[in-house]
Amino acid sequence: MLRMASTYTEKVMEHFKNPKNMGEMKDADGKGEVGNPSCGDVMSVYIKVKDNRIADISFQTFGCVAAVATSSMVTELAKGKTLDEAMKLSRADVAESLGGLPPIKMHCSNLAADALHEAILDYRKRNGIA
Amino acid sequence: MTSMNVYLDNSATTKVDPLVVEAMLPFFTERFGNPSSIHSKGVEAREAVEVAREQVAKLINAKPSEIVFTSGGTESDNLAIIGAATAVHSADSSKNAVVCSNVEHPAVLNPCKGLASSGFSFSEAKVNPSGILELSEAQKHISSKTAVASIMLANNEIGSIQPVTAVAKLCHENGTLMHTDAVQAVGKIPIDVRKLDVDLLSLASHKFHGPKGVGALFIRDGVNIKPIFGGGGQERALRSGTENVPGIVGLGNAAEIARENLSADIEKMGKLRDRLIEGLSTLPRTFLNGDRNQRLPNNVNYRFLGVEGEALITLLDGEGICASTGSACSSKKLKASHVLTALGLADWEAHGSLRLTLSRFTTKEEVEYALEKIPQAVSTLRRMSPVWAKLERGEKIEDVKDGQHVH
Repeated sequence: MLRMASTYTEKVMEHFKNPKNMGEMKDADGKGEVGNPSCGDVMSVYIKVKDNRIADISFQTFGCVAAVATSSMVTELAKGKTLDEAMKLSRADVAESLGGLPPIKMHCSNLAADALHEAILDYRKRNGIA
Repeated sequence: MTSMNVYLDNSATTKVDPLVVEAMLPFFTERFGNPSSIHSKGVEAREAVEVAREQVAKLINAKPSEIVFTSGGTESDNLAIIGAATAVHSADSSKNAVVCSNVEHPAVLNPCKGLASSGFSFSEAKVNPSGILELSEAQKHISSKTAVASIMLANNEIGSIQPVTAVAKLCHENGTLMHTDAVQAVGKIPIDVRKLDVDLLSLASHKFHGPKGVGALFIRDGVNIKPIFGGGGQERALRSGTENVPGIVGLGNAAEIARENLSADIEKMGKLRDRLIEGLSTLPRTFLNGDRNQRLPNNVNYRFLGVEGEALITLLDGEGICASTGSACSSKKLKASHVLTALGLADWEAHGSLRLTLSRFTTKEEVEYALEKIPQAVSTLRRMSPVWAKLERGEKIEDVKDGQHVH
């Protein structure tokens, strides 16, 4: 039993201990990387796109418990969505889906959504979509 | 191996020795008197406080008259630095500077900064990459203008032991009072205030199996400092406030036990520390923070590149291991530890640091269990880390400085 979870919700701890869609995707259609190793957070999101939808998604994260959990959650939220829908996923959506984050950790969830958006922009750039 | 509860955070705080608790208990109930009272209840409390004063004095080779009880390390540090700086300055107004090292605990750094904002000049002497203050660096900072210099005896994060005796000599050549924060050193290395030749020394009971909320300041006979609390004039008017008698009794007993066991404790903890250092040194891109030799026998601090500290601590906690990190994400601040960056480490390297600190009660089984679980946790986090992936590909990690903190 993780008592440290008192600062984090159970949902955050679940995603931290068993992150979903974790790992590098070698043949990704788009990749987004955000963060700053100096601050202790770097996130990469990889997407595979089919029929304008996110067919597959994965992440890699260097960061704290919240950084890992928000990365995992954003991949779950984005999977199957159209690119436009995924672009609308916000840091607030990610935090809310995790049952909230400690205020000081809100920047981590910001990064997770940003990494997804960067991956979509990268895909669009590669395919000449404005 | 099945799950265990392994406490390896003894520099944060220690378990109170059951013998200490037992000695304290009567002072909450039957022997609850105020040491300032003239009646017999007061006298028995006063006697207990004086016994504790002797016990603490003996641990550091001081005289009982040189010990002032406080609420702990933070208060001792504040009283020493503020009390000494103001006393020295009011006797000689040309002495208007304070000096400390750049790896001091906030309980030293912040009172120094406070003095700086009330007109003192303040400078930080920088440690070398293994966390040791070199005398040549101390010489650049300590001058005849220095009222007080504060150099810790041993560092709380990386366990590096400072050349306090040499700095004290330098201080005395300059008419400067020398304070040392010995909070982490008590019970881990022999301490003799005469050999150290310091004027002021802080210690805290809960770091060596005594209760929290009590500590002491050694003030060498003949050294004048000003109190920071106004009140009823207890503790030779240096620390007003009714004495925390149960706490002081606990501190005294913990001091006596620490003194009696010191050689055995040093040997035992030292062996376990060396086993941890040896066991973790085999992991790739893993480095010991701090000096290998001038180091407390109970301190191990490793950095695992590509891993973030809070995540590591949390995984280990899930395995029953309590440890701590130099990473900031685990505390209220988001900055990397000032101690680790003082070693010249980039922030991203500092974030992946793990501190394991031992006590008299740490066992070989606990250390072996930690040596089984830590590499697993590091490897789990490295598998998900893009920074680790970059290191594996031979790419360089750029350290973006705080000014560009984008959050």
